[in-house]
Amino acid sequence: MARLIVLGGGVSGHTTATFAKKWLGNDHEVVVVTPNANWNWIPSNIWVGVGQMKKEDVVFPLAPVYAKAGIDYRQALAVSIHPDGKDGSDKPYVTIKYTGQGKEGESEEVEYDYIVNATGPKLNFDATPGLGDGNGQMGPHTVSVCTADHAAHAHSELMNIFEKAKSGDRQKILVGTGHGMCTCQGAAFEYIFNIEHEAKKAGVRDNIDIKWISNESFLGDFGMGGLHMKVGGYVVSSKLFAESLYSERNVPWIIGAHVNKVEEGKVHYELLDGTMGEEEFDFAMLIPPFSGVGLKAYDKAGEDITSKVFNPAGFMKVDGDYNPKPYEEWKAADWPRTYQNPDYSNMFAAGIAFAPPHIISKPMKSVNGTPINPTPPRTGMPSGIIGKAVAHSVVDLIKHGDNAKLHEASMAEMGAACVASAGKGIFDGQAAAMTVYPVVPDFEKYPGTGRDTDYTFGEIGLAGHWIKHILHHLFIYKAKLKPGWTLIPE
Amino acid sequence: MADTKAKEEELNFTKEQFSLTMIPGKFARFLRNCVIFQFIRFIIINVKMIIVVQKSH
Ligand SMILES: Cc1cc2nc3c(=O)[nH]c(=O)nc-3n(C[C@H](O)[C@H](O)[C@H](O)COP(=O)(O)OP(=O)(O)OC[C@H]3O[C@@H](n4cnc5c(N)ncnc54)[C@H](O)[C@@H]3O)c2cc1C
Repeated sequence: MARLIVLGGGVSGHTTATFAKKWLGNDHEVVVVTPNANWNWIPSNIWVGVGQMKKEDVVFPLAPVYAKAGIDYRQALAVSIHPDGKDGSDKPYVTIKYTGQGKEGESEEVEYDYIVNATGPKLNFDATPGLGDGNGQMGPHTVSVCTADHAAHAHSELMNIFEKAKSGDRQKILVGTGHGMCTCQGAAFEYIFNIEHEAKKAGVRDNIDIKWISNESFLGDFGMGGLHMKVGGYVVSSKLFAESLYSERNVPWIIGAHVNKVEEGKVHYELLDGTMGEEEFDFAMLIPPFSGVGLKAYDKAGEDITSKVFNPAGFMKVDGDYNPKPYEEWKAADWPRTYQNPDYSNMFAAGIAFAPPHIISKPMKSVNGTPINPTPPRTGMPSGIIGKAVAHSVVDLIKHGDNAKLHEASMAEMGAACVASAGKGIFDGQAAAMTVYPVVPDFEKYPGTGRDTDYTFGEIGLAGHWIKHILHHLFIYKAKLKPGWTLIPE
Repeated sequence: MADTKAKEEELNFTKEQFSLTMIPGKFARFLRNCVIFQFIRFIIINVKMIIVVQKSH
């Protein structure tokens, strides 16, 4: 009997664990180590952040789902990986520290045959002074929508702002990224337009100034270097598409900005041209930069081999081409295909936890030398697809031995579908529905835009809202492993 | 006094940052919320997304 341990029960890890267990059956063990008691459909946190959904609508408890699936669920944080075992045993293991199940604070060593790291991002608030509280958590000056709890808190703060605006007190809202190296602009983009929509609905829009701040060098970069899409018979840059959305809604922007300090009611930032600026706010939602979750790795002798297994940002090295090279030489082939660690063939990473070979957007530095560019997004669809491909590979390795062919899921050969709502109504508000194919541009295959413009498109309208509603219910249904769940694609 | 012919969507062009962008007019905005038109787009977008999903697996 082989044991697969999946670290992280989020979008990617949950996909890996559930498919692996389904395919392996009871002949082998699947263990999930994750600190959270609930699964969260993160995209709908945006609606929690404007009060259109409650936290309970976007989460459900993992324990009964894993019990039904026959998955061994340990509510714990993975702390360190020991891929060579320890003195007296060659068996690899992981050390974990419980966060629930009545064993809070207890540590344990769990042996494995295969391990998948799907621990997602650490929300690195402390990378920007004042954005964090100095202890790794969100600071007191801004809000976030990255977790369901954060989003519920953001909503209550937003309601205070709306109340003040109602009573005639002019308010200022700032939304965007809280550091020069952030990703996930799409979430902030969706949140700002939901706020704008709700402010209109509440009749307070005229008394609220709403502004965007981000590290993108142009609006619509989204960490993918922008995209060209077919709209109204033209092939246009996402810059035009995004600028139009902001202009239509009277939302000015500050771009190419590295937020370097946050204080009560004020951010300080540096722009690509080297100038320094300040922006005041009454309410700010700033996405923190992401890093790896800080897993350590040790060899048999107990020597720290973290830098061998993880990149400096804490993401796990896999089969990407990590040789540094200039932007002009970046290729689609640099991107990983199997997500297998080069040193340990029984170790994989999926979702945000894998180390990208480089960013996707054009690298930028301010004239002072500060890097200001989005880091690559690994959104829900790629995270799910990678999680499933990795599950497939591990299952084949277990069933057919070490020579089994690994499954591939390169982000340079995979698309992503995104729906950014502006409101939640069935008959009011509008969403931007977008697909991009492939996520990582391939200029050899698609000279010109780097992408297939037959499958890279964006449009705005109610239809996107309906799709977002359907995705919300469909993915929660799937994650609960309800009948037919395997038929729903990632 | 000269007649003013203000169009709601054109007012934002007076702001410098928005002046070089494109802002949808009345008809484009109508289509975005027209249930019949959006139902057709819903089908088309879904088909396109399903193709992208299939190509990605
Ligand atoms: C507000 C917001 C809106 C978004 N909207 C969209 C959208 O509309 N469409 C889209 O495609 N994507 C969206 N995304 C991105 C999407 O949520 C991510 O791409 C996806 O969640 C990544 O999956 P993951 O499994 O890598 O990470 P996660 O889903 O974050 O899962 C990581 C898991 O690992 C656990 N973990 C952390 N540390 C440890 C540890 N030490 N040991 C064990 N487990 C650990 C975490 O608790 C978590 O359960 C959005 C993201 C945000 C923040």
